[in-house]
Amino acid sequence: MATEHGTRNPQQDRSEQGGLFKTSTSGRHALDWLFLILVFVATMIGLVVLAVLLVDIAVDGVPHLSWKFITSFPSVIPENSGIYPALLGSLWLVALTALISVPLGIGAAVYLEEYAADTWLTRFIEVNISNLAGVPSIIYGLLGLGIFVNLLPSVTSGESILSGALTLSLLILPIIIIATREALRTIPNAVREGGYALGATRWEVIRSHLLPMALPGALTGTILALSRAIGEAAPLIVVGAATYITFAPTGPLSNYSALPIQIFSWISQPQPGFQTAAAAGVVALMIVLLLTNSVAVMLRNKYQKRV
Amino acid sequence: MVMDPRETKEEEVALSDLSQERPEAVEQEETPAKQGGTLGMSVENLSAFYGSFKAVTDVNIDIRPHTITALIGPSGCGKSTFIRCLNRMHEVIPEAYAKGCIKLGDQDIYAKNTDPVSIRRRIGMVFQKPNPFSKSIYENVAWGARINGYRDDMDELVERSLRRAALWDEVKDKLKKSGFDLSGGQQQRLVIARTLAVEPEVILMDEPASALDPVSTQKIEDTMAELKKRYTVVIVTHNMQQAARISDYTGFFYIENMGDPGRLWEFDETNKMFSAPERSETEDYVTGRFG
Repeated sequence: MATEHGTRNPQQDRSEQGGLFKTSTSGRHALDWLFLILVFVATMIGLVVLAVLLVDIAVDGVPHLSWKFITSFPSVIPENSGIYPALLGSLWLVALTALISVPLGIGAAVYLEEYAADTWLTRFIEVNISNLAGVPSIIYGLLGLGIFVNLLPSVTSGESILSGALTLSLLILPIIIIATREALRTIPNAVREGGYALGATRWEVIRSHLLPMALPGALTGTILALSRAIGEAAPLIVVGAATYITFAPTGPLSNYSALPIQIFSWISQPQPGFQTAAAAGVVALMIVLLLTNSVAVMLRNKYQKRV
Repeated sequence: MVMDPRETKEEEVALSDLSQERPEAVEQEETPAKQGGTLGMSVENLSAFYGSFKAVTDVNIDIRPHTITALIGPSGCGKSTFIRCLNRMHEVIPEAYAKGCIKLGDQDIYAKNTDPVSIRRRIGMVFQKPNPFSKSIYENVAWGARINGYRDDMDELVERSLRRAALWDEVKDKLKKSGFDLSGGQQQRLVIARTLAVEPEVILMDEPASALDPVSTQKIEDTMAELKKRYTVVIVTHNMQQAARISDYTGFFYIENMGDPGRLWEFDETNKMFSAPERSETEDYVTGRFG
């Protein structure tokens, strides 16, 4: 260490003056890079696994996807098996489930967020809605069996699409409620006050300002919820969806099957022909999923662009 | 802004559409003010609460028609709480309520059978931070009138309101643009325009220019000077010079100790309040010894 007057080493000077701090930052930057690499790898693992899965299914399934496949009924002969009734069943289910759960979910969220006073009862309801979102879907199946199939056959005709849709609606209702409530919560109070200050009723403020502003968030939640509903098999089997069906559903009160159930039923068969059919079924399911999501995304964009 | 008699005549038609209680406006050649066209307010023993906390106590004040009344005082003395009681916005906050008597003209606005929704149309409010709706400029102004049942020419109402808020020239070519496309000062004038569109009697302003730049503040103050010809204005402001500039009457709110409810310490004509106030706390505040 140079101590003579006139020969001061700037490097040492700095570390003497700020003696408590390490001058070199290269070690810290190295850790920074390491962390970046780790999280990137974590992301990639998920994406790569998903990509491998999708590619594998597509390679097996897409060649088998044909007009014949889409319009045929299941059969004991793998080559003749098609997804027609299951496809129609899934489409019916998605449409009915959306029709039932979206108004109910958004309405419940509006009530809880805008109208309900902050009492213990309201908080109790809120906590339990979050819990309900985590209940296994088979439990909803059992609930549906008890209420819609056994208790209300006069309304639902027992093991019908309506029962299935009602059961699925119960399943996804918490997701829609939570998403809509979060969307309503992000709207600043200034919007509500601006509306009230002009002599508007609460409903007028909700209808003209809050719902349009909350709709993008609510629709995102709906997309997630419906995606889950499309893929459910277990609760539907419990409420009476058929695993083998030879006729197309005729209406909401008809017996039915659904794509996930059909896929499961084929996979359980030993013949390789059925494995291929199952792969094609999965591709068909993905396409239905994409179509449903696209409708919701289009609606969401329409409301986001609107002034 | 000079109004010609022809425009006054159009107002009369629109006014009688909107409100039956309003007396017929008498046409005047000299001033554009409606004779007897707006009401004052009187407040008796008003106390305001947030749950169990008393924020304002025993306010007695008379707000005269066609005047600007400024409410000044240090932060936290209940000025905003008080002004929000005047149009029953205070009770919008959960667990908030007010006790006492507030009259618009002769009508007790807290009476059991009075609808707060109709009161809020007649007593409008402009907030501290501009809060235009996420709709077009046109819709911002038209919406309030529409839900209150306005049946007449909406284009004309929108133009008239925007003119009175001194915003028409700046937005007349972009009425379909979003309300958020405007600067802060323009947004605040848009809020004023939409408040005017529902033809209130009284306009309350809670620190309307405090979030704005000096140029916009000047424009808002000019607008207020015009507004009092047609309406009664009450404004809460932290800016004492502003209060001294534009108001006719001033009320000083004050708290003696922390945790006390705010009270109206002194109320008088503005000249007197700023030159020779009666109470020492008022004098200390207006001379800037504390703020």
